[in-house]
This record gives sequence, structure tokens and C-alpha cells, in this order.
Amino acid sequence: MSKKEVHLKIGELKTEVGFLKNLELSVGKILQENWTEPMGPTPFPSLTALREWDMKLLQRYKPFYMPYCDVCCHCTFGKCDLTGNKHGACGINMSAQQSRTVLISACIGAATHVGHGRHLLEHLIEKFGSNHPLDVGGLNVKVEAPIIRLVCGVKPETLGDLDQVLSYAESQVTHLLATAHTGQEGSNLDFESKVFHAGMIDHVGLEAADIAQIAAYGFPKADPDAPLVDLGFGTVNIEKPVILCIGHNVVPSVGIIDYMKDNGFDEQIEVCGLCCTATDITRYYKRGKIIGPISWQLRFIRSGVPDVVVLDEQCVRTDCFSEAEKIKAPVIAASEKNCMGLPNRTNDPANAIVEDLVSGKTPGVLILDSEKVGEVAVKVALKIAPIRKKFKTTPEVEEIIKTAKTCRLCDECRRACPQDLHIPEAMKAAGEGNLAELADLYELCVGCGRCEQTCPLGTPIHSFIVKAGEKKLKEETYKVRSGRGAIQDVEIRNVGSPIVFGEIPGVLAVVGCANYPKGGAEVAEICTEFANRRFIVLTSGCAAMSAAMYKNEEGKTPYEYLTGEFTSGCMINVGSCVSNSHIAAAAIKIANIFAKRNLRGNYEEIADYIHNRVGAVGLAWGAYSQKAAAIAAGFWRLGIPVIVGPHGVKYRRMLLGRADHEEDWNVYDARSGEKVYVGPAPEHLFCAAETKEEAMVMIAKLSMRPNDTGKGRAIKLTHYIDLHKRLYETIPEDINMFVRTVADIPVTMKDEIVKILEEKDWKESVIPDPTLLPRMIRKRKE
Amino acid sequence: MAVAEPWQKAEIAGPKRAMVVTKPEVIVAMTKRAKHPILIVGHLAAETSLERKKLIDYMIQFAEKGRIPVVATAQTVKEFLRRKFKPAGSMPAVDIGNRLVDPQWMGIDGKGPHDLAFFVGLPYYMEWTILSGLKHYAPQLKTITLDNFYHPHATWSFTNISQKDLAENLKVIIEQLETGEK
Repeated sequence: MSKKEVHLKIGELKTEVGFLKNLELSVGKILQENWTEPMGPTPFPSLTALREWDMKLLQRYKPFYMPYCDVCCHCTFGKCDLTGNKHGACGINMSAQQSRTVLISACIGAATHVGHGRHLLEHLIEKFGSNHPLDVGGLNVKVEAPIIRLVCGVKPETLGDLDQVLSYAESQVTHLLATAHTGQEGSNLDFESKVFHAGMIDHVGLEAADIAQIAAYGFPKADPDAPLVDLGFGTVNIEKPVILCIGHNVVPSVGIIDYMKDNGFDEQIEVCGLCCTATDITRYYKRGKIIGPISWQLRFIRSGVPDVVVLDEQCVRTDCFSEAEKIKAPVIAASEKNCMGLPNRTNDPANAIVEDLVSGKTPGVLILDSEKVGEVAVKVALKIAPIRKKFKTTPEVEEIIKTAKTCRLCDECRRACPQDLHIPEAMKAAGEGNLAELADLYELCVGCGRCEQTCPLGTPIHSFIVKAGEKKLKEETYKVRSGRGAIQDVEIRNVGSPIVFGEIPGVLAVVGCANYPKGGAEVAEICTEFANRRFIVLTSGCAAMSAAMYKNEEGKTPYEYLTGEFTSGCMINVGSCVSNSHIAAAAIKIANIFAKRNLRGNYEEIADYIHNRVGAVGLAWGAYSQKAAAIAAGFWRLGIPVIVGPHGVKYRRMLLGRADHEEDWNVYDARSGEKVYVGPAPEHLFCAAETKEEAMVMIAKLSMRPNDTGKGRAIKLTHYIDLHKRLYETIPEDINMFVRTVADIPVTMKDEIVKILEEKDWKESVIPDPTLLPRMIRKRKE
Repeated sequence: MAVAEPWQKAEIAGPKRAMVVTKPEVIVAMTKRAKHPILIVGHLAAETSLERKKLIDYMIQFAEKGRIPVVATAQTVKEFLRRKFKPAGSMPAVDIGNRLVDPQWMGIDGKGPHDLAFFVGLPYYMEWTILSGLKHYAPQLKTITLDNFYHPHATWSFTNISQKDLAENLKVIIEQLETGEK
């Protein structure tokens, strides 16, 4: 860390009051002499400290840019036409401009998580004190902050210890964002390296935020049996006053729950949430309800069920206030980052605010005090519920039929729809009295509302779809396991070996938002497919919710019939967006706990270990946000491949390997120093899949790693070939690239594969002790 | 030239936009002129009905008559195989896009770089972005879309036309490739 610190060291000091020996005091920095792990080469890495590692990855996984915009309009020279990789007025070319834009996205994402963490930390220190211990799993979790240990080289023990971690992250985000200024960076690869840095910093922010809230709020602590909680519209008792919380920062929701409990209202009121705030509500309060992912915002507000809408931060529709106004539900904005244009009433007496909201004198307020948010929300909900009587804006069936008759079938709605839904045809049928086609769109609709914005008649098309699908909406009653937080050290010990040797076929993390190409059912299908294949399946955020929204023939969701323990065939919900840190942390802990590699400031070695040995794959099937971009970037720097859904192409660049470039797939054998061809494993670092079928085949393929033993590779190949045969109805053409020795060949497919290998003139190679780092070679070749 | 706008209206391209195919003969001429064309077919080709057939059935005829190697993306390979047609390759759409920007790539059949790429049947936004990549980074390559949507990042594209009109156009193209008419 390059910051100047005040540091006092006293060897021995005898005074009248006593004797001091080996006293060290440090202002602004923790000295941890009780942590004996030696410091690695890159504690608190600067922007360029890991540049060489990044370039190794970028050499193999070169960016493929798909510009989403042909011009640059960042300065007054512009607009500059960069078509065909032309240079703009500042000298930047299209590749650098695209990577710059990716960097800006990643910085937004990282800043959002770090800012979230900072707000949480300040609040929690104020409430619990800076010495509050960071207990995230008791004796089961001794490596409490793997990412922070790895990146920063410090071992945080209290809430206060996270301050310097976040200060570092904040400084890095500032420097990173500065590089996006005109005239700062000209190479697309340097921008890409900084994207990776932003991702790594994002993960630091995620971890700091989640371990702080786990420790302070008593969320489930690495608990495989975290409680099963309610999810879905149908789980909400609409006879009660309902408080709806939207966003990602649970602090105001905790204020509400605490006030309810303290004043005996928790039997009388329903508290529910949308997006990650909902997840974190259930980590704090078992009776909290998750309505659904981000895309349920419009449909739930318009249903009229919420009596009060509390908005915190991130992914909150910016028209929530006007939507809530239409159903006569008061809004409380509770974040400095999301004031919604509302008057700041933080310093007013709670009862005065309540009176104004209930009377309608003001439709919404900004309150930047979570305890006051709690008091006001509860009092308003109790008073306004009998007045509102669940006033809704969704139309009646007769109104839909009448309005649909006036539809001009102009196609404007379909052309505005991200999913290209065939809305005009459904409207035509509705005009004829048949709402079935509109109902069919319900599960595919991502709830963006663009159809309504573009309709020349102003028809509330989204509301029509929701009304037509009302039966499905009301039947949404599911169980999801509350976010468990970290993975226990002992769980890592138990599966470290089979993961690293490939005998557990892979670790699949299904994460991210809900911009799905064909609804959330595909997420559920992918999760259960791979859990049934004995992968370790982890979920988080909106994807964790979507995975719960489909039941088996016994009426159970995957969280009910699959184990929540980190083991083969599990289904784990780690928690909200910030809980994604536990997924990266699990990979890091495998290197540390199983392989005994030092973590402390030792990023490159650990990333090299993970990239070559841990068959982890991320799937962000509905990723839409800048935060998702930052989270993905953090996984890229660890060498973990990420697959996105087809909308993910709009992130405008992929990181793709070239399986046909043999020279790209050499590693060093750490035993001998020899270069060894290991095949394209994993083939891509960031890739969009067109369909769920393609994603499934890709997951199995990207789970292969150079370190797989023969047995492990045979297991992984079995899944790859089996899925390929089932979904593509043919055997993969590239098997020869993944078979290194005959021991790799799955026994049940031997004849078939041997024939292909002979046709492809396959030659046996060795299984190395793989590394991309020359310094890791133990014995140089003579 | 006819004025064309993207099917998804907000997907505005930049200063360089696709020329509009106003008659199928343009595509026939481009196909015949190409030294080494390639056809990329996405999964929607098997889902899109054109008269009593699927779009993929037209593509098989087009590939056969034009002697064009085919790359199937996602699970589309199975639809080809069910129709007794073996594509030259099968890979993700972004993967084939990435190879096409490489002027050193010897093509899906190893016979040399491709100079013309047809795209069809990918989700609109996916095709839009991949074509953008090719527009900017593959100056050696011309691209044509065979969907009934205007794709501004292609070199040539139909406008937003009905499926019936698309079927009529494809029939003419296939017929003229067969007869050798220009």
C-alpha cells in the first residue's frame, strides 16, 4: 500500500507505570504479527501490478469486439466515427474505445459494490462498533475473507479492519475511472487489463460488504441448512398491510423489521422484497417474502398489493415512484444514491412524515435514517392499507378485450421488445376474446415496459400480459433456501481433491440478473441438469430466485430436494449480489486449504492455480447490468470462464480462445519446465451462448482443466459428449483436443472415440503439473 | 436506395449502414462472384416457418445450389442432420464471428479465407452485434443477411419484409443459382 502511515515501534520501554515490550502502533493500517503467513508479491496491487498475468490471459483469450456504437461521443471533438477501427480526434481507435467502454461499465459496477460496502460498513460500525468481530462461520470458517487476504494481504478480524480494505478499493476505482479519460490509455489490451483490475476490486468490495453484514446482522453463517423461505407473489398474505422493499442494500429493510418486531407488529404486516434486498431480508428475517427477480417490479407494483414501497439502491426501476403513485402507495426513498427527486424529510419527526404520506399531502419522501424509515414505513402501512384497499392499475379482462380491438397491429411493440415477443398476434387474439396468447407471454416477458412506451395508442401492454397471466402469478408459491454465505473450510477440504483432479465434473455458478431470452425456466432447467450430473451448483441473486420457481413432479423446488452442502450434486444459494464473493472465495480456498498455497498478497499464483485446476464455470444467463460486468471481470482475472446468455453480446466484447491455434494451449510442466500442449481447456474466458442447449454443452466443455487426472477427464468428457449427443444429436468434433492419454477416454464410449481419434491422427501427450508462470517451475530442464 | 430502419428500432448503427437488397438477383450475383462464401445458420432458422417449410429447408437448398459450406450454431446442427445435410462445422455464433475477423483463418473447410458470409436465423440482437464486429474488423469480408429483417451492420440486407416475401425472394435465389442465371 503506497499510502503514508503513522507507525511507531518500541522494542522495550520501562516507565513508572509499567514495562512495554515489542509494541507496535500503526495509524490507518493493521499490523498482524499474529498472522504468520508470509507476504506474497502483490499486496494491495496497483493498477499495473498484475498486468503481466492479465496479458497472459489476454494472449490466449483475445478480445473479439462487437461495437454496440460506431462512434465516440465522450468529448467535444466528437462525435468521432470509428468505423473500421479508424482513429478519432484524440487518436483512439475502435478497439481501444470498446475496451474503454467495457472498463467504464466495470468501474460503475465496482464503484456500486464498493459504495454499497462503504455505506453498510459505516452504518454497521455506528451500530455495532468497529471492534465487532467478523464471524462469518464460527470455527467452520477460519479463512474468513479469502479475497481480501489474497488481494490485500491483510486478515480482517473486525468491522473496523474493513475500513482500510474499502479505502484501497475506493482509491483503485478512482484510478481506474481516471484511465477512461481522454488521452490516458491507447492500447485496448491495457484497457482490458484494467477491466480485470476493476473486476478484482469489485470482488474485494463484494466480500467486504457481505462479511460485514453477515457478521453484524447474524445472517446464516456458512450454513448448509440455512432456512427455506417463501418466494413468489402467492406467498404474500394480501389481507395484511404489505411493505415492499426494492433494491440491494438491506439496511432500511432491517430498520423496518426491527421496528416491527420491537413494537409487536410483525404478526400484522407482511414485509417482502424484490431483487437482492429481498434475498437479504430473508437472511435476516425468516418470515420475509421474496416476490421475485428484478423483472417482477412493474407487475407487483401494478397488482396493487404493496401499501408502502421502500426503495434503496441498485437495479431499482427509476419509474417506481410514478408507478407507486398510480396505485396510491407512498414511496420512501432510503438511499443517498437513489433520492428519486423526493423531499428530504430525514430530520422531521416520524409522525409528521407519516401524516403527510397517509393523507396524500406528499406521495413520497427521502429518509436517510434507516431506523426512521422503519418507523415511518410500518406506521404508514398500518394506516394506509384500509384506505387504499389494494388499489391496483392492472385492467379487467373486459377492458383488455375492448382495448385490444383497437390495436393497429403496427408491430411497434414487438420491435421495442428485447425478446421480440409476438405481441401483435397476442393482441389480435385478445381482441377476439382469447387471452391465452397474451398469457403465454407472461413467463417470457422481462417486464421492461418498452412495449407500452412505444405503443402509439398508449395501451398498457405489460399490464395486459400480467393480467392475462394472473393465474400463474397468483400461483407463484415456492421455497428457496436463504443465502447461506460462505463455504465452510471443512467442505472445501472434503471436495478439494475431487474438484482439482476432475472427479467432480465441475463447479457451476449460476448468477446474475433476469434478462433471460426465454424466461427463468431455462435457469431452473440448467441448474437441475448439472446438479443431477453431480456438479456442484451454486446460485445467487435473481438467478437463485429463478432457479426456485420451477418444481419437480412432487411439487418441490430444487432447494427442497437437493442438499445445501458444498458437495457433488448440491444446489446452494449463497445469497445476494454481494454474496457472489463466496463463489470466488470457494475457488480461492481450494488453492489455500486443499493445496496449501499461500494466499497473502499472492494473487497471480492463486489465479494460475485456479485457472489450471479448478473446473469452475460461471453462467450469467440474464446478465444485464454494469455490476454483472464487474463481477464477471473478477472471475476472468482468476481465470474462471463466464458464459452469458445471448443478450450478453451487448457487453460488446467476448474473450475467446482459438481451439485451432495449437500454440495458444501450451503450459509449463512445473515438474520439468517443459512446455506441454494441453488442449483448449478452458476454451473461452467470456462467451455468449445463443440458446440454453448451447450453454449446457459449453458448461460441460469449459469445466475441463489441464490438471484433470485421466479418471477426472473421462468423467468430464462423458458429460460433454453425452450432452452434445442429446442436445445436438451428434458427437463433438473436437474430442481429440481433450483426450490426452487413453486413460482419458470414457470406457462406455471407447470404440466410438477411438475411431474418431484415429481419423484425426491423434497422438498421446502427457498430463503435466500445469502452470502459466515460469517462476512456478520447480526443476528446470537441463 | 430504399430507406431502411433496423427491426429493433433502437439498434441504430453508425455512419456506415447496410445496402438494401431490393431484388433477389443481387444476392445471386454476389454469391456467384464470391470466391469462398460461407453460410452461418442460427437456431431460429429451424423455428421460422416460411409457407409450408422452415427457413432451414431453404438454407439447405441455398447451400447446396450455391455450393456454400455451412456453419451451424447452437443446436442447429441436429436440425441439419435430421434433414440429411451435414454442415461443414458447428460452433457458437461468437466463435465463428471471431474466426471470420482473422484474415489468416483458412476457412471452415480449410480451403482459404472466406470473402462472403451469409447470416441467418440468429436472435436479431446477436446477429446485429456479430455483424458489427465483422463490419469493423473484417474489411476483407462482405456480409449478407438472409433474414426478413434489416440488419444495418451487414454489407447487404433485406429490409423488414414479410415472411411471405422472404420465401419468394429465397425461391428466386435458389432457382437462379440452380439455373445459373444472372
